[in-house]
Amino acid sequence: MTDHTDAAKPAATPLATAESALLGEAGLTRADLDRALGHLLVGTVDAADLYFQRTRSESWVLEDGIVKNGSFELDQGVGVRAMSGDKTGFAYSDAIQLPALLSACGSARAIVRAGQSGTGQPLSAASAKPLYSGTDPHGSLATQDKIDLLTRVDAYARSLDKRVEEVTVSLHGIQDTVLVARSDGVLAGDVRPLVRLNVSVIVNAGGQRESGSSGGGGRYGYGYIQNEDRALSYASEAVRQALLKLDAVAAPAGTMPVVLGPGWPGVLLHEAVGHGLEGDFNRKGTSAFAQRMGEQVASSLCTVVDDGTLPDRRGSLTVDDEGTPSQSTPLIESGRLVGYMQDTLNARLMGMTPTGNGRRQSYAHLPMPRMTNTFMLPGEHEAEEIIGSVENGLYAVNFGGGSVDITSGKFVFSASEAYLIEDGKVTAPVKGATLIGNGPEVMTRISMVGNDLALDRGVGTCGKEGQGVPVGVGQPTLKIDQITVGGTQI
Amino acid sequence: MSTAISDTRPSDPMPLPEDAELAPLVEQALACARQCGADGAEAGLSVGNGLSVRVRMGEVDTLQQKRDHGFSITAHFGQSVGSAGCNQLQPDAIRAAVEAACAIARSTAPDSCNGLAEPELLARDPVDLNLYHPWAVNPEGAIDLARACEAAGLAHHASIGNSEGATLSTRSSVRCYGNSNGFLATTRGSYHSLVCVMVAADDNGMQRDYWTTVSRDPARLESGESVGAEAGRRAVARLGAAPIDTRTVPVVFAAPIARGLIGSLLGAISGGSLYRKASFLLDQLNQTVCAKHLDILERPHIPGGLGSAAFDGEGVATHDRDLVQAGVLRGYLLGSYSARKLGMRSTGNAGGAHNILVQSQRTLDLPALLARMGNGLLVTELMGQGVNMVTGDYSRGAAGFWVQNGEIGAPVEGVTIAGNLKTMFTQIDAVGDDVDARSNILTGSILIEQMTVAGA
Repeated sequence: MTDHTDAAKPAATPLATAESALLGEAGLTRADLDRALGHLLVGTVDAADLYFQRTRSESWVLEDGIVKNGSFELDQGVGVRAMSGDKTGFAYSDAIQLPALLSACGSARAIVRAGQSGTGQPLSAASAKPLYSGTDPHGSLATQDKIDLLTRVDAYARSLDKRVEEVTVSLHGIQDTVLVARSDGVLAGDVRPLVRLNVSVIVNAGGQRESGSSGGGGRYGYGYIQNEDRALSYASEAVRQALLKLDAVAAPAGTMPVVLGPGWPGVLLHEAVGHGLEGDFNRKGTSAFAQRMGEQVASSLCTVVDDGTLPDRRGSLTVDDEGTPSQSTPLIESGRLVGYMQDTLNARLMGMTPTGNGRRQSYAHLPMPRMTNTFMLPGEHEAEEIIGSVENGLYAVNFGGGSVDITSGKFVFSASEAYLIEDGKVTAPVKGATLIGNGPEVMTRISMVGNDLALDRGVGTCGKEGQGVPVGVGQPTLKIDQITVGGTQI
Repeated sequence: MSTAISDTRPSDPMPLPEDAELAPLVEQALACARQCGADGAEAGLSVGNGLSVRVRMGEVDTLQQKRDHGFSITAHFGQSVGSAGCNQLQPDAIRAAVEAACAIARSTAPDSCNGLAEPELLARDPVDLNLYHPWAVNPEGAIDLARACEAAGLAHHASIGNSEGATLSTRSSVRCYGNSNGFLATTRGSYHSLVCVMVAADDNGMQRDYWTTVSRDPARLESGESVGAEAGRRAVARLGAAPIDTRTVPVVFAAPIARGLIGSLLGAISGGSLYRKASFLLDQLNQTVCAKHLDILERPHIPGGLGSAAFDGEGVATHDRDLVQAGVLRGYLLGSYSARKLGMRSTGNAGGAHNILVQSQRTLDLPALLARMGNGLLVTELMGQGVNMVTGDYSRGAAGFWVQNGEIGAPVEGVTIAGNLKTMFTQIDAVGDDVDARSNILTGSILIEQMTVAGA
């Protein structure tokens, strides 16, 4: 009967859950938040916010066939920010309690000379439809079941091929509870689950060793990974990749046509255009895309969006770390630059609207414009047609990571699974190679876009100024007429 | 009406706690683990203070004040372990973390290689390595220093019209580590840096580059003016950069990036990579892995060194070690667990390598190194990962300068350099005397006989 009672009770909103967890337990009230915000609004401070956070994370690691270690971490604190024009003052406290909060406010407002204390807008609850359940991953599976899951994945990976020598399986779960209070009256909360399972293997064929890895996850409880044997599919993918590399030939070196597969190769977009369209770099004029709004920056086949609203995705957010609801933001429409990703500070300074891209690694870090899920919309071609159109080139379907120099526009991404294309046919697998190009140039050289849009499996983490945040990428199969491939074979 | 600035100036940061305040917390955590049924435990806690200021285009951009806490515990139940941590140092938070670690340890599988470091390896009376020089700079002082640094960069050349700013950061911290084999020690450290990022522009577009100075002692930082000017010089030098044609050429890794190359070697001889068979230097102990003119030394006790430590993350005493002698690999980097996995003893490297010195019988000054290369690529920046630690296959984005007859010429970008690390280390032809001391890996520029450069 207890079950029935609980089920009948309306689920608490993320805001109510966050207020209870972050304020209630510390004996803080909304009036205390008003007081703290008033404490920040001195002199020329024109906006301020408080960011309360509690993060519970756990991980379990299997090696040598046994789950030999596990860890649990509990972090909490409050970050306090005062903004005056383009100046930002920031401080934080690991203790969530009023004296520590007010002391952090005193430090954050040191950015401006003193003046009269102000009063913010009265706080009022912002509402946004939750994009994921508030499931706490830790409690979503019993400890023994977590261990059994890892053990099953290990046994499965080893059963696939006798050349599998080492298997490492790790399971990570995070429950992130945040509360944002802003001087313009916005009060928003979010409860964000995030799970991930990784499998990496080493195969040994007569002393020649190769590695493979795969994984996935999203804003779910662990049930997602157990369902539909997803975890086992990650294992077979890791083994497949490793075995494939045993036969890989040297990758070619030079400039050539490259066909990118669907899904995770969308890291192309993250590096070639995504970072360059973040508001801060454009406000400061340091992006290769600065001052190019409305111009053609990619081939007319390219339409690219950043969409934080996809339910349950790793990069999705019900509200961003400034309390702005996430949205789908068109960045490039038929090749034309139409939008930047904005946080509140850069939007205000550029006279634009925040796009729900204000993100931070934790309460101890400052928010910045960051991507959520960035992908290209599908085109018309079948993948086979695209490959068949290439006489000699490279077909790259899996990547490690990438990076970009947003000022020069140069970006790299490293293929971990790629094949030669010879006379329109996919032939020999090649060793890993880095691809390098100039973002604005490469985007204009996209000459075919497939109809097979796919998103990645939920493993991406983006780093910017030392802060990591979970993100997603995606794209259909696409062809770049010319890009430099960094192999060894001339 | 504006009141005096002193009204809003934050009070000075709280001083770091005394040793006598931290040690009892660690001892209580270890006792708590025992009460929970643990056979052994190790615990660490830390407190840090920091200030970071960024000035951009002459104005304050951000001012950040930081004070953080950390606690971590690993509990041993027989041969099983569990770990936990939190960012609170209150007794109830510590107790909760200890209990979480114990609960995990009851669930994990036993592994005979688990366990604390052997008591006979633990450091006794660790020496003071002169690592703690807190900087009492206030926000106004920090802003002035960053502003002067950026101004020097902006003034360097007419083509510099933009900047990502100059950032001054200072941090001091204290850490207390103890384990149930009787080890307990508190160490203090400080780390200060000033970094400047300049943007130059011409008809070909924008180029960005940076320079930085780091030290444990603020008195040993380079002047802000020289850091800013160097950042400006580097950004301007890149203007007009273009790819070169695809070809096989000798390559010089400039000293600031050569340390990454040495870092790959250190990664390959680290216990974790070796026991997982994820290293391109598997089973290479006492084999030639580098050119014969090279020695790679570990010197953990350099006073004030960025990688200096009297003991490692498990309390094991550190020692001077020769990792590579005349090109021959003489030692691994091991913590207790990986050492047992390999049937060896800990080398005092739980947590990684300490100060690493790269020395060569063939050391040249940079002009002589470039002259020796003749025609080739001087690489000053690398992009992306592109290193396969299992096979040694190496392919990364690069930028730098074409060197013609030993003279630095046109800037290059948009190329990759590729090879295999096993070959690259044996093909190290000479090393520069331009040692970059801004990390724990101290090396000069490194000349490699040949690599594949992919470009236009």
